[in-house]
Amino acid sequence: MIELEQLTKKFGPVTAVAGIDLKAGVGEVLGFLGPNGAGKSTTMKMITGYLAPTSGRARVCGHDVETQTLQAQAAMGYLPEGAPAYGDMTPRQFLNFIAQVRGFSDAAAKARVDAAVGKTELDPVLEQPIETLSKGFKRRVGLAQAILHDPPVLIMDEPTDGLDPNQKHSVRALIRAMASEKTIIISTHLLDEVEAVCTRAVIIDRGRIVADGTPAQLLARSRHHNAVTLTLPAAQAERAKAKLKSLGPVASVEQSDISGTARLSIFPKNGSLLIEDVSALAVAEKWDVKELYAEAGRLDEVFRALTTHDATRAREART
Amino acid sequence: MKYVWPIFRREFAAYFATPLAYVFIVIFLFAMGAFTFYVGRFYDNGQADLTVFFGYHPWLYLFLVPAIAMRLWAEERKTGTMELLLTLPAPLWASVAGKYLAAWAFTGVALALTFPIWITVNYLGSPDNGVIVASYIGSFLMAGGYLAIGACISATTGNQVIAFVVSVVVCFLFTISGAPLVLDFFRAWAPLPLVTAISSFSVLTHFAAISQGVIDLRDVVYFLSLIALFLTANVAVVDLKKAG
Repeated sequence: MIELEQLTKKFGPVTAVAGIDLKAGVGEVLGFLGPNGAGKSTTMKMITGYLAPTSGRARVCGHDVETQTLQAQAAMGYLPEGAPAYGDMTPRQFLNFIAQVRGFSDAAAKARVDAAVGKTELDPVLEQPIETLSKGFKRRVGLAQAILHDPPVLIMDEPTDGLDPNQKHSVRALIRAMASEKTIIISTHLLDEVEAVCTRAVIIDRGRIVADGTPAQLLARSRHHNAVTLTLPAAQAERAKAKLKSLGPVASVEQSDISGTARLSIFPKNGSLLIEDVSALAVAEKWDVKELYAEAGRLDEVFRALTTHDATRAREART
Repeated sequence: MKYVWPIFRREFAAYFATPLAYVFIVIFLFAMGAFTFYVGRFYDNGQADLTVFFGYHPWLYLFLVPAIAMRLWAEERKTGTMELLLTLPAPLWASVAGKYLAAWAFTGVALALTFPIWITVNYLGSPDNGVIVASYIGSFLMAGGYLAIGACISATTGNQVIAFVVSVVVCFLFTISGAPLVLDFFRAWAPLPLVTAISSFSVLTHFAAISQGVIDLRDVVYFLSLIALFLTANVAVVDLKKAG
């Protein structure tokens, strides 16, 4: 559905996107992750035909975005960063305008607008000028505009930015509901969003893809993947640490103290499962366990490792 | 056409959704009246025609038309709606044409609202209404020319003030290119055909010809080519900005 081949964008001497190769198919919700200025938005602008690539190509539903721009754009819904809209229009006028440009006749346009309004819960503000709406409603107007023609491909730049937790939840539910029959790309800074909605996460740094996999695969790269946290009275900590270290699959144990209790982080060798061994040991040793849980991993840790590593390397290369 | 119409309609409605349209029309009519009656001494001439009235049009348009044109693209670029507009499946020329035609239609509305002065001269005497109709057509074409220049310049920047100032300067050059001030500068070194060509670029010359009451095809072609030239440039500018 979306195919990127060596997609590159240079702004003068600055390379914003440095040869991205990517394929995404139906049913995939792809999350673009990366620090600010990594090239996420620029990549999206090239996919949607707003910016022309310096080299490489983008194809959407088989249409080359540069040579068959209109066919590609007809197959896409796009929510640009900040959800821009004509502030003097009401959401109804604005969505009608979008429907007309997208070629729907009056009756079809009305049905489309009603459906999009229903999905994004815009009813209460339908007749107010967009510039007077709250950030959450503005964002939803942008979303409604993007899904209006029920496109097979959806590109959304930070769809939940600036929304409150309830609104975030409903936007994510909307994305999940559409996911099975579409190809969706979202960009985000929120790592929990990737875990909540994405089937695949792509980490971009300095215009390159530095990681590409399911959220679970990325989590597996975390130091905390399958690590076990055990909290018990400080008095038992030393003995427990010694015992835990003697377990075969344990690589290391780290301790942090919180008001009379000790929290032990137990890291496995090669990401193997530890929780069963640790809980069996705790029962056998009759420790007063306050907390015991295994972690899937920490995405922010993977994110930082992948993106700061690159930044450091670049700094070294410059000096 | 199916793309141009919705874009035209949205743009045209946008003028009236904000105070812009009303402020502009009031100032336009007030300025037209002030120049015609006070500066031009309409009554003292003792003639029932609108020569004085139309004589001020090029100079008023010089400032008022760039004021309409400056927001056409600069505002879209600034607010980010340009990204929305250009990623809709509508060809770029349709966006350029739709927005331009809306602005032109708006100046047409403002111009049409000067009709009381037409009624006035008909009440006072018996003017040659053919000349007046021709002058109105010429004035509308001239506004279209200035507007195309302003639209093209607006596309180059996200700053409306810059768009306004640069448009006024370029429109000014097109207005006076037939005047001795400009021609003398070129006569000193340029070959005669070039000087003639430059003088033929003058908006004033062509507008003056039409407002004699003769709609010469050459003058109409001049204004239409001016519009076509700058709208083509407008498309090119937006396209170039895409390439970044």
